[in-house]
Amino acid sequence: MSQRHVVQVFEQYQKARMQFVQTVADLANRPQNIELLQNAGVMSLLCPLMLDVVPSIQHTAALALGRLADNSEDLAEAVVKEDILPQLAHSLASQNRFYKKAAAFVLRAVAKHSPELSQAVVACRGVDALVLCLEEFDPGVKEAAAWALGNIARHNAALSQSVVDAGAVPLLVLSLLEPEMALKRIAASTLSDISKHTPELAQTVVDTGAIAHLAQMILSPDTKLKRQVFAALTQISKHSVSLAEMVIEAEIFPAAMSCLRDPDEYVKKNVVTLMREVVKHTPELAQVIVNCGGLEAVIDYLGNCHGNVRLPGIMMLGYVAAHSESLAMAVIVSKGVPQLALCLSEESEDHIKAATVWSVGQIGHHTPEHAKAVATANLLPKILELYMNASSSEDLQTKSKKALKSVLQKCTYLPSLEPLLYEAPSNILKHVVCQFSKVLPHDSRARRLFVTSGGLKKVQEIEAEPGSPLQEYINAINGCFPEEIVRYYSPGYSEALLERLDDYQPA
Amino acid sequence: DMAELLKIKREFEEFQKEYCCRNREAEENREKENQAATQIQSWFRGCKVRAYLSHLHKKAIIIQKIWRGFTARAHVRQMVKAAYFIMKMNFYEEMAVRIQRRWRGFFVRKHIHNFYARKKYMEGLVMKNELVRRELDQLEELQKRERDCLDMVKEHTAKVYQAQRLHHLLSTKQCPGVFNSPFRPAPHEMELLLRQVKYQAPTRLASRGKACLLGIPSSTSSSFPATLGSPLIKTSRTYSSRPILPPIGNKKQQVMMVKTLAIKDINK
Repeated sequence: MSQRHVVQVFEQYQKARMQFVQTVADLANRPQNIELLQNAGVMSLLCPLMLDVVPSIQHTAALALGRLADNSEDLAEAVVKEDILPQLAHSLASQNRFYKKAAAFVLRAVAKHSPELSQAVVACRGVDALVLCLEEFDPGVKEAAAWALGNIARHNAALSQSVVDAGAVPLLVLSLLEPEMALKRIAASTLSDISKHTPELAQTVVDTGAIAHLAQMILSPDTKLKRQVFAALTQISKHSVSLAEMVIEAEIFPAAMSCLRDPDEYVKKNVVTLMREVVKHTPELAQVIVNCGGLEAVIDYLGNCHGNVRLPGIMMLGYVAAHSESLAMAVIVSKGVPQLALCLSEESEDHIKAATVWSVGQIGHHTPEHAKAVATANLLPKILELYMNASSSEDLQTKSKKALKSVLQKCTYLPSLEPLLYEAPSNILKHVVCQFSKVLPHDSRARRLFVTSGGLKKVQEIEAEPGSPLQEYINAINGCFPEEIVRYYSPGYSEALLERLDDYQPA
Repeated sequence: DMAELLKIKREFEEFQKEYCCRNREAEENREKENQAATQIQSWFRGCKVRAYLSHLHKKAIIIQKIWRGFTARAHVRQMVKAAYFIMKMNFYEEMAVRIQRRWRGFFVRKHIHNFYARKKYMEGLVMKNELVRRELDQLEELQKRERDCLDMVKEHTAKVYQAQRLHHLLSTKQCPGVFNSPFRPAPHEMELLLRQVKYQAPTRLASRGKACLLGIPSSTSSSFPATLGSPLIKTSRTYSSRPILPPIGNKKQQVMMVKTLAIKDINK
């Protein structure tokens, strides 16, 4: 009789604990309850429940703790202070899979907020325990462990190094091959977080053969997976030429371009970012991408999307054109310049405009042919306007000035230079006049056009200090025309003629 | 005698005087004559020496003349050889320059910067771009169609499920159902679905949805593109691999039918 009574007391207590933990877990789902829970001192109550005898209470308590830490940084710091982490790490080795999932969830939630908290997780040997979890069979446990490792590695290079030193990378690559989609996504995202910091880390990831597996997953139908895969490949290839070459050797390129027509914006953005990182290293890599028709795909992409996501595409075109003049000509031939002009006029953000202006400068500065292509797209007045506009940012102004200068120094297409004569400030004007002084001595039709369109008149009106380069160019231009014409167009000529009339006595 | 003596004495005196005079004169002339003799001798000696010297000179001149001619001719021969050599070298160099010029022009134009290859490359690039764009368009089109197809299948499955659950709203001979209002020109599509769907007791097996697809007669499949063939094939496979227990509710069905009849009686 009394035995049953005693057992009943214990059962009631257990039910009460279970109910408490489950309610707290449900409440912790909503962010507005977090403050209230924290004030009610939930942390000190949950800690002993994590060491409870009954496994389901343990793992529900861990789940509740994880949700609390996920939503607020203070609670995460409190978790660290209460020294729960060593216990969690220790028990990760021994418990059942629900507990492991919940414990990995707590570690993930703590590590995601800041590098110091991640360091605390590393210090209590949480990383080794998580790597042990990666060897489990259950895909949910692996996913939670991989996600936690990703959150740790994301902050800085030292933390990534500690994750790699624990031997996580081969296990992550193995979990890439598992059939569950969520696990693949998380593994790809963790690999991208690890490899983004330094070339050595990226090399470690590549040495385990990750690139081949990532390359196979490009054609999968799942959108989020594709996002992560391309992000991972981007982070690997951005560090050095050899890594980028290894990524290219995996022959992703003709296939990756089909992903440029994916309906999801971020997939497209990640593909274009990958192309940009690859292209920026050497002309040969840029040549590979141009040869498989990458330019066309990127230009179509720029035409279809708007806003911030255009930035990697614009920068990619700039990097391709920067390497050599044949690549810049390839960009021009694929109709890149009208597209860039459209981007310049449609976008309103300064940094995107700065990037567009830089790309245009890279395309136009090689030879007069290139400068002509840029000039016929009517880009020079627009860039000048951006340079002169007081509301453009510093960066935009410097980039426009550099681009203008570099394009103008090669531009010999006079009809497009003439509008610049009227509006440019003196430091740009000197280049414009210099170009005129180079072309006019040799071309008589251009001289005629120059006179009839009012260019000569404007040149006479420019005031320059004698001896400055501007004055020399003006003299050179004046030297191409007969005296009478120069005098006719010089300012004040009509007054001088009228004065002569005053002194004239008819015979 | 005396006269002769006097004459001799006078002659002796005269002779003495003469002798003294002559000595005196000779003495006086001795210097002059000595000098004259010296001069004549020196002149003569000078002439001899001069003649000797000029002889020597002439011989020396002959020797020097021959020597200088010899040296100069040797020098000229050398110069001629050198000039000839230089002329030959210039000629060779000129020819070498011509060869190198042609070779360098050819090499640069063929291997370093081949203008026609570049032009062809640009044209090829344009064509490749066009090709890539068309292929990507086709791919996109294909993917879009697949996605649309999947969406349509999902929608249709949802509708069929709805029809399954609303089977009791089917119109009967006596009483038109909700979806078959007499004021409509033709029955609602739901009505048509209801007529076609075979009622099965709801079970929680996921294959139920696929099994009910089998229940639809093939008339609906004509409205679908051919890719629907694959889900149908799949369902037949799963159907055969996992035999589903027949619905227990045959009696229930009859009960349902009776109930609907009863309701309709009440409605009347």
